[in-house]
Amino acid sequence: MEEGGVARFWREIPQRYNIIGNKCGSCNKVYFPPREACPFCRRKSIGKMQELKLSGKGEIVTYTIIHDAPENFKEQVPYPIAIIKLREGPQITAQIVDCDINDVKIGMKVKSTFRRIQEDGYTGAIHYGYKFKPIE
Amino acid sequence: MRDVAIIGLGITKFGELWDKSFRQLTAEAGSKAIFDAGIGGKEIDAMYIGSMSSGRFIGQEHVGALVADASGFSHLHIPSTRVEGACASGGLAVREGYLSIASGMNDIVVVGGIEKMSDVGANAATEILMTASDQEWEAFFGATFPGIYAMIATKHMHDYGTTKEQLAQVAVKNHANGALNPNAQYQREIKLEQVLNTTTVAYPLGLLDCSPITDGAASIVLCAANKAKEYTDKPVKIIASGQASDTLSLHGRREICTLDSTVNAAKKAYKQANLSPKDIDLAEVHDCYTIAEICAIEDLGFVEKGQGGKAIENKITTLDGILPINTSGGLKAKGHPIGATGVAQIVEIALQLREEADKRQVNDAKIGLAQNVGGSGATCTVHIMEAI
Repeated sequence: MEEGGVARFWREIPQRYNIIGNKCGSCNKVYFPPREACPFCRRKSIGKMQELKLSGKGEIVTYTIIHDAPENFKEQVPYPIAIIKLREGPQITAQIVDCDINDVKIGMKVKSTFRRIQEDGYTGAIHYGYKFKPIE
Repeated sequence: MRDVAIIGLGITKFGELWDKSFRQLTAEAGSKAIFDAGIGGKEIDAMYIGSMSSGRFIGQEHVGALVADASGFSHLHIPSTRVEGACASGGLAVREGYLSIASGMNDIVVVGGIEKMSDVGANAATEILMTASDQEWEAFFGATFPGIYAMIATKHMHDYGTTKEQLAQVAVKNHANGALNPNAQYQREIKLEQVLNTTTVAYPLGLLDCSPITDGAASIVLCAANKAKEYTDKPVKIIASGQASDTLSLHGRREICTLDSTVNAAKKAYKQANLSPKDIDLAEVHDCYTIAEICAIEDLGFVEKGQGGKAIENKITTLDGILPINTSGGLKAKGHPIGATGVAQIVEIALQLREEADKRQVNDAKIGLAQNVGGSGATCTVHIMEAI
């Protein structure tokens, strides 16, 4: 990712630090990242989208082990990336940590943890956010 | 709506073309197509140019006008528009050209597709490709573009028992086809063991499961079908054009192993052509990774969901199979200059339908299909063509 405006990163801090999504007040479907309107209820949902802090608990839907990574992630290879289905419904993409990479499996129960994600080179900003680890 | 035909084809050699610039490639493909159609610049009503990321790859935006200029048309002031939809940019440019003639607005349109990728290093190319996915919610967390497709592969293997050997056979088949294509980046066959033993890029995908970094350009000339015979004895009619979108991120989809954009674009195209998947004689599909070809033949309705791996294993899609797929060598062996790919697919199908595909000619090919995907499936175009 190119170095650039810091606002691009702090703008997403509530979502990335605390996994805050939102819920449609009309059909109760939960979204992460939060949406301006519910794609299904559309105008009925406007003004009814309620902020919702998600549990951060879920299950691995699928995964990969990244061996060839961009510059900002090179020091971390090989690392697992997974799509996790959260209890509340939304699916998110994140790194899996605190376990042997060979133990990562579809169906594994995981929970979120607050970590350093990447840094913009040696002198650049450090970006934080969620990763997931197995639930013992 | 008017019928639209292809009357000219042009393509450059694909590969790491250190000695060729963006301008040279685009002018070469364009002039080949224009000569093939036998038209002059004054007859061209409009141009549509597919390019994913000229700004990042060569530091140049505004390439719609640049391509018209490089082609020697600046003094004719032909309207030229750049079209972008990541890896589907070429397919989108074809569709825009098609729509502008079908609408009655234009009679003759030149469509081009181009990417000059080798002017940046491999690291930069990896990052640029990732811009086709969701920067904020996938790339930020360390997902790579091959990693996204690898997650589709993991799920496909888990749900349907697809094997790494079946994935590898896609690469083996496409290299065998590429060996017969003089414009392909890789004109050599590879063995199953080679694919299985290469370094891992993103488990379960190895280096030879991935399409390469490629420079290249392709171009077609489109014409109102009722005027096509004035220019060529062998017009190829575009009998359907379908397009669909989906979430930018893979995790936002209804289903990990199904590209709903392909399903929907294909549904629209089959309906327009009044055909079903069994009527298709051959297809060029978007095999940016081996798993993508397996998903494509399922989502296009050629085989049932989950049966793509077995179809590859049973040689249904080889050059002499029941349904030849990627006779050009596909993105895997022909190469994948991003913006050029969707146009190059159309060039291959038209060559086959004109019976000019030489050593890789499919016998009795009457109806062909091209499927072009953007990102991990956020955009898809499906075109169906018929010899007339």
